[in-house]
Amino acid sequence: MLKDITIGQYFPGKSVLHRLDPRVKILLTFLYIVILFAATNPIGLLVGIVFLFVAYGVSRVPPRMILKSLKPVVPIIIFTTILNMFFIEGEALWHWGFLTITREGLVTAVIMSVRIICLIAGTSLLTYTTSPIALTDGLERLMGPLKKLHFPVHELAMMMTIALRFIPTLIEETDKIMSAQKARGADMESGGLMQRARALVPVLIPLFVSAFRRADELALAMECRCYRGGEGRTRMKQLHMGGADAVCALFSLLCLAGVIAINLYAPALL
Amino acid sequence: MNPIISAKNVTFAYPAYEGETTQTVLDDVSVDIHPGEFVAVLGHNGSGKSTLAKHFNAILLPSGGTVWVAGIDTRVEDRIYDIRQTVGMVFQNPDNQLVATIVEEDVAFALENLGVPPAEIRTRVDDALRSVGMYEYREHSPHQLSGGQKQRVAIAGVIAMRPRCIVLDEPTAMLDPMGRVEVLSTIRDLNREHGITVVLITHYMDEAARCDRVVVVDSGKLLLDGTPREVFSHVTVLKEVGLDVPQVTELAYELRKAGCRIPDDIIFEEECVDAVAALLEGSHVDH
Repeated sequence: MLKDITIGQYFPGKSVLHRLDPRVKILLTFLYIVILFAATNPIGLLVGIVFLFVAYGVSRVPPRMILKSLKPVVPIIIFTTILNMFFIEGEALWHWGFLTITREGLVTAVIMSVRIICLIAGTSLLTYTTSPIALTDGLERLMGPLKKLHFPVHELAMMMTIALRFIPTLIEETDKIMSAQKARGADMESGGLMQRARALVPVLIPLFVSAFRRADELALAMECRCYRGGEGRTRMKQLHMGGADAVCALFSLLCLAGVIAINLYAPALL
Repeated sequence: MNPIISAKNVTFAYPAYEGETTQTVLDDVSVDIHPGEFVAVLGHNGSGKSTLAKHFNAILLPSGGTVWVAGIDTRVEDRIYDIRQTVGMVFQNPDNQLVATIVEEDVAFALENLGVPPAEIRTRVDDALRSVGMYEYREHSPHQLSGGQKQRVAIAGVIAMRPRCIVLDEPTAMLDPMGRVEVLSTIRDLNREHGITVVLITHYMDEAARCDRVVVVDSGKLLLDGTPREVFSHVTVLKEVGLDVPQVTELAYELRKAGCRIPDDIIFEEECVDAVAALLEGSHVDH
């Protein structure tokens, strides 16, 4: 049962977006966030929405994945909508007791929730189209300059990689230990929250012991293969930025320019 | 030819904690491994065979005596990466020695550490994967592979460094029979086709019987050293230290004890079949 857990949310595919340089994808995701927050009026936000649909269209990630990524943030969206609706001063549209809905409040509420939806859907696309390993790789190289400030970039990336490598192994192990404890009469499915939490102790202890043993052996194996940190290390796979990367970057920059232009020339539309 | 690994009077003891006496794991062991050899190191748990293996690529340094790898004293700290490149090491649990989430990335790990240029890493990784027969799986993730396949990937990760010798510490102990056969035939190929010296630490007698040379270690001491035939003919010595001999050797030994005339250096099943057949035929003529 535990085996069904997928790592990250990678959605394998061969689209242009999948093949983009991970560094470019990470930067473009940031750019998209900038676009969303730069867009202060509904027309500008429309650019952000169009951008999102184009990106999902190109990636061939099924649109139902957008809904899936939005599920955890629904409470936040509802919360901000309500706050904005009732607490922004302006021209009153509706009045009941101490509650007042204003025109400005309504507009801000819509803009804010659309912005949050786009933000989550847009950033999820990064993890949908980039495998965890490519993401780690891209981050390591993007943060490369921080090494000069003695920031442990390589070490962090290495930790990420090893964690990703051992997640399936440890999940399998957890499964095995749980079966073993059940075979000895451990009860993990009944009782209240506290009782169940307590039932996990005999699973966690052997799991930790074995994880430490694994770590010890892995360190030894790494030493045997001449590991000595990031210093002087080369990589087999080089990242290449190509034409597709340039086109996508250009498209995103155009969108940003469009949003800024709309902000400057069309504020009167509201 | 100069030995590739040479251990002279090696003694090793783990440092004692307060109030404890030091425990000597290796006691005056001397052994030479020559280029191209296929050596099995036999011994039961706690005999010191793994500790000895760890001296062969400077994971452990001797408390007394000296180990030379390709003429380099393992205590010379600046040459440690030369030593580890010359003698690669493969461990028992394949899961705990794979670092990366993709097979080819894992095989490239050692080369990346050594700062080999990317284009050369590519060719060496492909070569290594081909020589263990795992090239088709290069883009798989390790958890999709069987135990035997994982162990072959681990071997590829070591031979990508192009070592002259590989030391395998019970590489088949955690594998199913199929996986064992896979891994052993891979190791044998590397020895025969690529001329890589192999030191195989094991407690399986049948694995040892197929090597060029068998070294038996017991309580930190070198007990026997010779060809499998020589070593396994010392049935009583081996039994005294709690080691078995191949089943066929034991059968021949018991038959000889019972008065049958049968050679004392049988280690393979086929030989045993022939010898027993000859014996039966002989007794048939007698009647």
